[in-house]
Amino acid sequence: MGVRKGIEVSLAISEAVAQCNVDLIAAYPITPQTHIVEHLSEIVANGELDAEFVPVESEHSAMSVCCGSAAVGARTFTSTSSQGLALMSEIFIIASAMRLPVVMALANRSLSSPLSIWNDHTDTMLVRDAGWIQVFIENGQEAYDHMPWAFRVAEDPDVLLPVAVNIDGFILTHMIEPVEYIEDSVIKKYLPEFKYPIALHPDNPLSMGCFAMPELYTEAQKARDNAVVNSYSTIVKAWKEWEQLTGRSYHPIETYRADDADYCIVTMGSYGETAMEVVDMLREEGEKVGAVKIRLWRPFPFDDFYKAVLGKNHLVVIDRAISFGGPGGPVASELRSALYSKQGAPKVINYVAGLAGRDVSRHDFKNILLDAKEKVQRGEMEGYTLYGLRG
Amino acid sequence: MLEIRFHGRGGQGAVTSAELLAIAAISKDIYAQAFPSFGPERRGAPVVAFCRLDDKKINIRAKVYNPDIVIVLDPGLLSLINPTEGMKEGGTLVLNSKKTPVEIRDEYGFNSRIVAVDANKIAHEELGRPIVNTTMLGAFLKSTDLLTVKDIERPIMERFGTKLGPKNIRALERAYKEAVIKE
Repeated sequence: MGVRKGIEVSLAISEAVAQCNVDLIAAYPITPQTHIVEHLSEIVANGELDAEFVPVESEHSAMSVCCGSAAVGARTFTSTSSQGLALMSEIFIIASAMRLPVVMALANRSLSSPLSIWNDHTDTMLVRDAGWIQVFIENGQEAYDHMPWAFRVAEDPDVLLPVAVNIDGFILTHMIEPVEYIEDSVIKKYLPEFKYPIALHPDNPLSMGCFAMPELYTEAQKARDNAVVNSYSTIVKAWKEWEQLTGRSYHPIETYRADDADYCIVTMGSYGETAMEVVDMLREEGEKVGAVKIRLWRPFPFDDFYKAVLGKNHLVVIDRAISFGGPGGPVASELRSALYSKQGAPKVINYVAGLAGRDVSRHDFKNILLDAKEKVQRGEMEGYTLYGLRG
Repeated sequence: MLEIRFHGRGGQGAVTSAELLAIAAISKDIYAQAFPSFGPERRGAPVVAFCRLDDKKINIRAKVYNPDIVIVLDPGLLSLINPTEGMKEGGTLVLNSKKTPVEIRDEYGFNSRIVAVDANKIAHEELGRPIVNTTMLGAFLKSTDLLTVKDIERPIMERFGTKLGPKNIRALERAYKEAVIKE
């Protein structure tokens, strides 16, 4: 159907965004997101996309411009990483509060300090509770596919929330691999014109994000939580529609050879691909292992998760961020909490690995599994282990 | 799956070599990945890039630790690094060197298959500068029957344009002819 190209994933993301016919892009360059916005600015400058490219002076301004843009009903895109996300966090949170359907490609990178440009999930965990819809993707094709999907979900009248597509920095953004492009006409069919129901307009003045007394704040937060929770059905519907058009299927929680697995490796993002490879490798050695991959992070898909793991014995959860002084990595902590009162809940053994791009090879995954088994035998399953820690 | 590691210095085009190879492979319906050893780019510093080729989808998202083929763009790197580190049994070393494969084997004791070409000389004569990325791809192509010179021409033209593209293709063709293989 589409053309298959060998291309850097960042550029495929930019081209997918252009195919979505966005109206406005506001962004500030930061490694490893840079190629995404560079290429978009090139596409706009070449006249290939009729959009405003706003080269702002900071990420705080980038998100401010995006909010204004979405509020007038323009299809709006931005992209950032790490410190950029931290700087824009004030407005990032407001985007969801004001129900502004901005789409972001978040090229995941660790937070300073020490200054690091490499990949992990510490940046995205900073905004975990910001009220955005958040997904994680595993390869270039998924990155491409999730641009139209993100606009489709964000702008749906039943949703109207910002969407962040988490893309592992460097590991995916700087990878050259095959990506199948979908024809413009198919994307146009999939992605209806954006009609913001409460768009700002001089003829129809209204206020957004106003002051609220304590009598209203709680209800405002409840309304926002409802919006995030209720977005689930549109999220799944948008994946189904994409599958009908492209044959590629996506689910909130995905499993690989997990049915009879005694140990399941749980990952988010590009590690899911290596995990599948490791599962194949260990299955050949006679180990009963499988993989569980969290694609939808917010709203957290509790029922899909229970369906995937209840009745299993052990989950080896690989976190890519650390919660200082906390009970474990952010993913494991959530999973433990979700499983606490459930019958047939598996034990969670937690590892924090691959901080700041430290490579986690198949061999490392195997080591983690062996270590987890020993921990289970010793009954030491609380807390977490920082894998590969030296000294 | 074929795993390839490129060693070069920042500015020599090791990353471009890996990219051109992957793009050529993908155009032939081979599945490929090309990626740098991620980090800030520094001209002149030793850099590593990787390429994986397979007839089915590749799932590994880690670096290449056990390459089948190692391509070294800079002769001076041989005294700094061991290019055969982690190399699979029966692997191939593709070197930019004035020396013959036998001389190289005697000097460094490599026991892999060796392909050598004087890429600096070819690049100097064809491109007028010592950027050997496309030249070394010519030597690589001779060492395997995976892809032809023709397959890689289009990605080179797309990358370098009508002025530099043909020069790079000439350099690659010369390296293909002049490379010497010692099994």
